[in-house]
Amino acid sequence: MGLVPGLVKGLGLTFKELAKTVVNGAETVQYPHEKEDPAPRARGVIALHEENCTSCMLCARECPDWCIYIEGHKTLAPPRRAGGKPRSVNKLDRFDIDYSLCMYCGICVEVCPFEALFWSPEYEYSEPKIADLLHDKTRLGEWMETVPDFETYEPGADVKAKKVPR
Amino acid sequence: MTAALLAVDFPWWSSTLLKMGLVLLVVLGPAGVTVYLYLFKMVSFMQSRLGPMEAGPYGSLQLLAEVGKSLQKEDIFPAKADRTIFAMAPYVVLLSTFLLAVVVPFGPNALFTDLDTGVFFALAVSSISVIGILMAGWSSASKYSLLGGLRAAGQLIAYELPMVLAVVGVVIQAGTLNLQQIVYAQINGEIFGFGGLGLPFILTQFVGFMIFVIAVQAELTQVPFDMPIAESELVSGYMTEYSGMRFLMFFIGEFATAGIFAFLASVLFLGGWSIPPFITDLIGLEYDSAWFNVIGPLVMTVKMLMLTFVIYWVRFTYPRFREDQLQRFAWKVLIPIALVNIAVTGVLKVAFTGS
Repeated sequence: MGLVPGLVKGLGLTFKELAKTVVNGAETVQYPHEKEDPAPRARGVIALHEENCTSCMLCARECPDWCIYIEGHKTLAPPRRAGGKPRSVNKLDRFDIDYSLCMYCGICVEVCPFEALFWSPEYEYSEPKIADLLHDKTRLGEWMETVPDFETYEPGADVKAKKVPR
Repeated sequence: MTAALLAVDFPWWSSTLLKMGLVLLVVLGPAGVTVYLYLFKMVSFMQSRLGPMEAGPYGSLQLLAEVGKSLQKEDIFPAKADRTIFAMAPYVVLLSTFLLAVVVPFGPNALFTDLDTGVFFALAVSSISVIGILMAGWSSASKYSLLGGLRAAGQLIAYELPMVLAVVGVVIQAGTLNLQQIVYAQINGEIFGFGGLGLPFILTQFVGFMIFVIAVQAELTQVPFDMPIAESELVSGYMTEYSGMRFLMFFIGEFATAGIFAFLASVLFLGGWSIPPFITDLIGLEYDSAWFNVIGPLVMTVKMLMLTFVIYWVRFTYPRFREDQLQRFAWKVLIPIALVNIAVTGVLKVAFTGS
């Protein structure tokens, strides 16, 4: 008769959970009224630090969804030292991420060689119109303020944590 | 309250209107309460969440919101469906629920009809829903619906038998088919000469009670027996093609029938609207007094809530049977046990009372 105790055990399990929820409250959070704190490295939204971007197009090419749109032009910047030649740099005209296509894989952040893209844990940017989910470079730049500082991978590690450009 | 109302001699039409309103209350009240308490809240707590919280205080008006949503939806008929039959099917299912409510006694005078063949009527009428479900499955012109309808028909017929046979034990013991008389038999019964508790038939007919509850679970196509609906394989069984109001009627039919069957089980096994005689002796209340027309419905509601709690508790705990396991369980386990139960009850009845 291994069958009956198993059946009773199952009933006991669900009843225990019921009692636990009645006494201690639920594990879930009533979202619009109270908000859960996401983990500091949670993948909420991608922020752009515009000064670091060289419009090298690596992120746009690696993006599996092709949801990053970059346009830029070559321009001359003033020389670093007095009397030098003016430098040729890429000026960013357009940097859009279409969050209606993005699947939050983070490859763009990984692949960026100049540390222009960062993860931010913010997640409340839903829109009534799907077209509004296309964030342009000013909007992406605004997310920079919400990017948390990097922490060392483990306490007391030799490798210093990278700094988030502000 | 009902007694006071029934004491006044109403003309036929107004008492009929009153009864119709009360039947509506008896059918829809338990459905609403159990859906909110158990389907919305209990299952949520069992999964460590709170369930609907926004509509009304603590989500209590969620069901009204759902009904309003369903009423607004388009009433879709599949192109190849048999329109008349398709439209009628939910009404047939709901009809069986309403007819079932008619015979349940809620107090000495608070009852709709005092049929001498109440048990027979209730069990006969409860199988009308099979026809409605078959109609729905067959007329939908969808293979999921057809499979669901056929499975439902096979299952409901298979579990009708153990249910009837389980009730026969009670009928033998009470010596009557009248549900009201069965309640009185439980009030006047004695446990070896001790009449303080009456004799709720669950004590002597425990096997019958278990079979009855299991069969009710199957009749309602609740989870361990939900092969006809089986959302993972049949979409939604015989309800697949229904939408809006008609889907809502199937939904109400399912949950209202759960409440009515719980009422029926409490009448047959738990002493119905009565409370144990030692309490009535203590406060000096007669079972025939008008007070019981007020207390009775409350007592019935409490018993109904207890039984439906068990129904939904089981529903939200177990996985479902396979089709052949389900049939084997009815024909090879429940029916033989029920038959033995009848034989034993008959022998003991003769042995103890000699009649």
